[in-house]
Amino acid sequence: MDKGIEIRTSPHLKRVISVDKIMRTVVLALLPICAFAVYQFGLSALLLLLTTTGVAMWTEWFFARLSGKGNTLADWSVVITGLLLGLTLPPGFPLWMAAVAAFVGVALGKALFGGLGYNVMNPALVGRAFVQAAFPVAITTWTPAFAPGRFMELIPSTLTLPFMQPNPVKDWVAGLHLDGWSGATPLAIQKFQHIEAPIADAFSGMIAGSAGETSALLILICGLWLAWQRMLDWRIPVSVLAGAALMALPFWLMDSGHYPSPWFVLSSGGLMLAAWFMASDMVASPVTARGVVIYGLFIGSLTVIIRLFGGLVEGVMYAILLGNALGPLISSWTQPRVYGTSKKS
Amino acid sequence: MAELPNTEERLTPDTFLRGLWEENPVFVMLLGMCPVLAVTSTTINALAMGLATTFVLVSSSLLVSLLRSWIPKQVRIASYIVIIATFVTIVDYAIQAISLELYAALGAFIQLIVANCVILGRAEAYASKQRIMTTLVNSLGMGAGFTLALLSLGGVREILGNGTILGISIFPADFQPWIVMILPPGGFFVLGGWLLLFNWLRLRKERKEAEQIGVTAHAR
Repeated sequence: MDKGIEIRTSPHLKRVISVDKIMRTVVLALLPICAFAVYQFGLSALLLLLTTTGVAMWTEWFFARLSGKGNTLADWSVVITGLLLGLTLPPGFPLWMAAVAAFVGVALGKALFGGLGYNVMNPALVGRAFVQAAFPVAITTWTPAFAPGRFMELIPSTLTLPFMQPNPVKDWVAGLHLDGWSGATPLAIQKFQHIEAPIADAFSGMIAGSAGETSALLILICGLWLAWQRMLDWRIPVSVLAGAALMALPFWLMDSGHYPSPWFVLSSGGLMLAAWFMASDMVASPVTARGVVIYGLFIGSLTVIIRLFGGLVEGVMYAILLGNALGPLISSWTQPRVYGTSKKS
Repeated sequence: MAELPNTEERLTPDTFLRGLWEENPVFVMLLGMCPVLAVTSTTINALAMGLATTFVLVSSSLLVSLLRSWIPKQVRIASYIVIIATFVTIVDYAIQAISLELYAALGAFIQLIVANCVILGRAEAYASKQRIMTTLVNSLGMGAGFTLALLSLGGVREILGNGTILGISIFPADFQPWIVMILPPGGFFVLGGWLLLFNWLRLRKERKEAEQIGVTAHAR
């Protein structure tokens, strides 16, 4: 064809950008967070991430083969699911439970709906919600960060035999001779004892928590890079975080001894990771510009409501799942008016 | 029935087997979902519920079939409900007499057998048109199919959610129970899993049959 003239139908995209390229970039942005998780929690975190990613990939391959779809691993989306799931689990989470979470997440959250592009909810969070309901004790068993010898030995509960209760970690933790380790995350300490961890520690990630959610700073940098690469809609994380801060502010002003400050809300728990990498799931979030703002504010404020008044310590998972469920409705509410038509109709 | 001779079916093994597989009330017709989801958290509950429903199903179908030429068409649903309610009351008192513990576990779902659409469906679609013998065999098959479905849900849920089957522990002591399985969501998960399996098997069978027809048609 003649080089000068190229005739195409709309949309007239200026960049050549494919699904697998977006997904590869997101994986790249997740890698520093994974590296920090491994640095912080050692070999156990590495095995956890490898297990969730491996099982998620196998499940995707299996269901794609079953439905005669060919190889859907090539779009890399399932790698993101696996990594994100691993990052949201406690570092000492038994590997067999992590495998169950990855299988349920990909099978129930994605494959049964028809694969990438059809999932109503974020598959990683579906998997996590399932194991949260199935194994409530294991998923709230935390181990200290920066344990000495973390690159040499595993957290005892990691290598639990399948279908068995996690090996107790109490003796192992006691053997570490740590001062002031209560077995709770800063979020739980704030909720039940109303003592806030130092913001600097919570923000930089020098705390206990799920494998990859501790360092708000690192997640923020990776997320910003991704937004700068235009691989995610910046409105979603910004409105999630704004929603959370705005909802936390009045309570903190009323009683700062009891309720957490907005800064603590933003830097603790899984909110940062969820805002940048999970709420921004391209398939499960609304499609309109106004819609994603409503969606983000809803998720952020619901997270804080669950944290402050619910039985759970962290609420961002259920907030996002509910936000995902509302996504199509928000999209249809916020459809832009077609130019030239009247406001009513 | 002299006026409707062509609707009566002959007694074949299929009369019974249909309820187990081809027209399984739970896995194929998706009827009576309320007890299926609500009382299948243990095998014992599932078995008791299945047997109670089977008893009501068989006896009410028999009575409907027996009275089919006397029940006026206009009030047939009301009549069926009265018949079903009679047997449900019997079952209700019987379970209360046999095991108060079981009665407490099943709760309101025993009385709710009245509203089980499998039973009313059988009365309306089968018993009111068929002879007593075929009705008996067919409703026995349906009841067996219903009980089997409840058991397959209750079994999976009890094994995963509790580590036991019929109350007997089958795993080592440090088995990790999947708490979600004995909660309501577990019922939906397991039911969905079974439906997936059954539909997959049926589709595969249909596809094979279609292929066979295609082959023979081609050979001709």
